[in-house]
Amino acid sequence: MSSDSKKVLISPIVDNNPIALQVLGICSALAVTSSMANALVMTLAVIFVTAFSNLFISMIRNMIPSSVRIIVQMAIIASLVIVVDQVLKAFSYQLSKELAVFVGLIITNCIVMGRAEAFAMKEKPGVSFLDGIGNGLGYGFILMTVAFIRELLGFGKIFGIEVLPLVQNGGWYQANGLLVLPFSSFFVIGLIIWAIRQWKPAQVEKD
Amino acid sequence: MSSNKETFGKTVGFVLVVCIVCATLVSFSAIQLKPLQVANKLLDQQTKILEASNLLDVAGNDIVATYNKYVEAKMIDLDSGEFIDGNTDLFDERRNSRDAAKSSKPENDLAGINRRSNTAVIYFVRDEAGTVNTVVFPVVGSGLWDLMYAYIGVEADLNTVKNVIYSDHKETPGLGAEVLNPNWKALWPGKKIYNSAGEVKARLVKGGAKAGDIHGVDGLSGATLTSNGVTNTLQFWFGKEGYATFIAKNRASLEKGEPK
Repeated sequence: MSSDSKKVLISPIVDNNPIALQVLGICSALAVTSSMANALVMTLAVIFVTAFSNLFISMIRNMIPSSVRIIVQMAIIASLVIVVDQVLKAFSYQLSKELAVFVGLIITNCIVMGRAEAFAMKEKPGVSFLDGIGNGLGYGFILMTVAFIRELLGFGKIFGIEVLPLVQNGGWYQANGLLVLPFSSFFVIGLIIWAIRQWKPAQVEKD
Repeated sequence: MSSNKETFGKTVGFVLVVCIVCATLVSFSAIQLKPLQVANKLLDQQTKILEASNLLDVAGNDIVATYNKYVEAKMIDLDSGEFIDGNTDLFDERRNSRDAAKSSKPENDLAGINRRSNTAVIYFVRDEAGTVNTVVFPVVGSGLWDLMYAYIGVEADLNTVKNVIYSDHKETPGLGAEVLNPNWKALWPGKKIYNSAGEVKARLVKGGAKAGDIHGVDGLSGATLTSNGVTNTLQFWFGKEGYATFIAKNRASLEKGEPK
């Protein structure tokens, strides 16, 4: 793998993270981060959709008339999302019930659309595919971090396994009810963005 | 960037091709995966029914065979309380309750369901000897955010609760969603639905049920609206607009182990 394609794959994870730097895709990051299992499935779904929508759009990028390009991108993205939703319903009914509407909402995830418009319309299919995976991973990295914090402190669990015994189950840990609610992700994501920018001051916006 | 790709005809043609390709992909996956999805949904329902009748341990990994061996689904008319003919596999409470011909508006809509299907499918669970030891009643009622669906396993006296198993809900995690907490579910077995006068008394008690309360189960502070929803759902479905007519007609024969 050349260093260029490696950069395309790796840089969205921290250096150019779609959530932390570009602040895209926040909406679904709020909704599906109450448990790590949900966040993981959501991550895989988004990686799949971003990678393949980038690939297909890049393959036909020279044929897409620019007047209808957004609609064409949406058609491809929406088809991929429906396929993911159908596969999930067929193979993991329980998870599809929990994620329900959020899988469908990947269509409106700004990251997918953003990469299609900003990257896949200009670059070759192979590198676009990698860019899709990279951005999916970047999204997933934040999602999993937020889910880890919320599930650990909100439910005393990691991947559904109890690590902090809860008071209502006879343990000592009083679960933090705030972190159970979706909007608490705002605080967690804010703290993550702050931490990343402390570590990499180059990401701080100039006044 | 060639200029000729922007003509009207080419644009329309391109969009058509994209649409046809996408539509083919979507319909192909939908049709191919349909049998698996239907099987999954059925498996989920059967698992909940077995759980409501304490058969999940017996079933182990073989839900379908266990279900077919012990469980019998029967359709009843809620107003008359009589068994009626009908394909229980095709029964869909959600579709019926949207169909004006197959549902009616409850006079006292405690459960907040707006329309109630005229018919219901209930499940008779037999022991090894073939005697009915559990009847599973599906119920539905409003919680805080949306309708909550549950299966209530009741012993053959049609009064003693075996299990309350919620199968579908959208309540707040950590609060209303605690209806799925095993510790809460473990409070139900042995509770009585009716008092000696035949009134529905099963309910959630805010602040915790007193020891020895045969009808009350602990509610959760912070989840008042979900708790009220659970109580109202039980009140409605075991009341006269729910299963009460059927229960009154069948209690005597079921105690002998056989529905009429």
